[in-house]
Amino acid sequence: MRAWRMIRFYTILVYIFMFAPIAVVLLLAFNSSQFGGFPIQGFSLRWFYRLAENEAIVRAFKTSLSLGVLTALVSTSIGVLASLALVRYKFRGKDLVTTLLISPVLVPETVLAVGLLIFLRWLHMPRSFLLLLLGHSIIALPFVVLVVQARLVGIKKEYEEAARSLGASPVQTFFAVTLPLLMPAVFAGALFAFTISFDNITATIFWRPTGMETVPTQIFGMLRNSVSPEINALGFVMIVITVGVPLLAGGLARYFSRKKT
Amino acid sequence: MNAGEKAFDRRPWLLLSPALLSIVALVVVPMSFILVYSFYVNIDLAVDRAAFQFSNWKELFQDSYYHVAIWKTLRMSVIVTILAAILGYIPAYFIAMTKFRHRWLLLLLLILPFWVSFIIRTLSWIHILGNQGALNGLFQWLGLIDAPLSMMYNETTVIVGFIHVFLPYMILNVYVSLEGIDQNLEPAARTLGASPWQAFLEVTLPLSLPGLAAGCLLVFVLTGGSYVTPLILGGPNDFMFGNLIHDAVVAELNWPMGATLSFTLLVILGTVVMIYSRFIGLNQLSKAFR
Repeated sequence: MRAWRMIRFYTILVYIFMFAPIAVVLLLAFNSSQFGGFPIQGFSLRWFYRLAENEAIVRAFKTSLSLGVLTALVSTSIGVLASLALVRYKFRGKDLVTTLLISPVLVPETVLAVGLLIFLRWLHMPRSFLLLLLGHSIIALPFVVLVVQARLVGIKKEYEEAARSLGASPVQTFFAVTLPLLMPAVFAGALFAFTISFDNITATIFWRPTGMETVPTQIFGMLRNSVSPEINALGFVMIVITVGVPLLAGGLARYFSRKKT
Repeated sequence: MNAGEKAFDRRPWLLLSPALLSIVALVVVPMSFILVYSFYVNIDLAVDRAAFQFSNWKELFQDSYYHVAIWKTLRMSVIVTILAAILGYIPAYFIAMTKFRHRWLLLLLLILPFWVSFIIRTLSWIHILGNQGALNGLFQWLGLIDAPLSMMYNETTVIVGFIHVFLPYMILNVYVSLEGIDQNLEPAARTLGASPWQAFLEVTLPLSLPGLAAGCLLVFVLTGGSYVTPLILGGPNDFMFGNLIHDAVVAELNWPMGATLSFTLLVILGTVVMIYSRFIGLNQLSKAFR
């Protein structure tokens, strides 16, 4: 049992390693000091006000939000269709198709970014918001497929067959039976895709048109000098969005599903 | 249903077509283009000419600057992978084996870092190790030091940054394979006279190797392809191969060289993925999502 206690202690240390730096950012966002680091001089919300007044940051925020939402829409739509094919049908070449679908994860993102950029250059197409959208969607696609597929395996085929035998067309069956059952996974996949896009910096640096910034590239640009208190406040806002929203959504979903039963 | 559908079912391909078309157009075709472009000639900033010549490849093979970068990248990836495996295995084991009632909480906390912005997690280490960081503040408050210790912008901080960001991938993958092991196996080994350590070493560890390997592959490939972490946490000498690609494409606008370097990185990391898929199979990677 001494060994077990050591394992537990070790685990706690690793969790501290994972969360202490994040906690420090959250804490420093409220530091009234005009420097981004320690010591903490007092509690203040001024950096949040300063953030809302910073036009470049607000613009980057809007870009990131619309990019994230559109990426979630695109990658979830094509990802759900692909997952249906992979789970519900038997066909030749399925292994190859699966490998292709997860290939964006296997190719280093830097290489993916350069490849797509050079291809567009060959087509004489300039960098654009559309490139960011398509690129982010392709990066998010494997994750959407994996999440949706995992859930789809658990939905019994019998429900769909029952609907079909009662005279529903395949499309009707999908919208009346499969999709409602799949909704939690669709939401999870969409949230995942949103976060992946909202968070992406590696490929975004290559793909963004001159003058367009997303929140991560904006932070990256601001970092050149040192960590400003505004970055801490921005970090706080980002963490609230990408962690708080899914947690809240998950919590609410659980609360309502419990009420029903 | 007509007879044609029996012979060849078109429906899965219809459903797959948007996804496959986008993968082919946005991944497969561009990947072949970087090879084609590596033979082009760079004339000036952002100006190049279609050609079939080997000057970019010659430069890559002759200039030791590139070899140093490859060596540094492989070394960094190996170090980060090994450290992540050591750091990650034990927590994964704890989460899989604990009788703690709120195990879901531990799992949730494991997923949470994935939702926290990569750049925020990376720069947060400046708050820990920097001159105005938590550690220096603590040491000064304790009176151990007078002036801040300079701990930032070296290879170690880059390694710490990588591990911090990639560790959850490792823990999650190991956890998934540990969780799939029959809980009775270890006690069974014990009744047959094995010590706890032996039972772990001869029963649990071998059965968890696929998950450990999947975690290692992910961490290795993710580290090997990075360039942002060294830019934020490293000094001028802590560049990796990805940084050379970033410099060539974003700063020097030398697209043919950028293509050559990208293809090289693709081949190096692709070989690792290929070896892995040969021995273990890629479907282990997707198990973390179930």
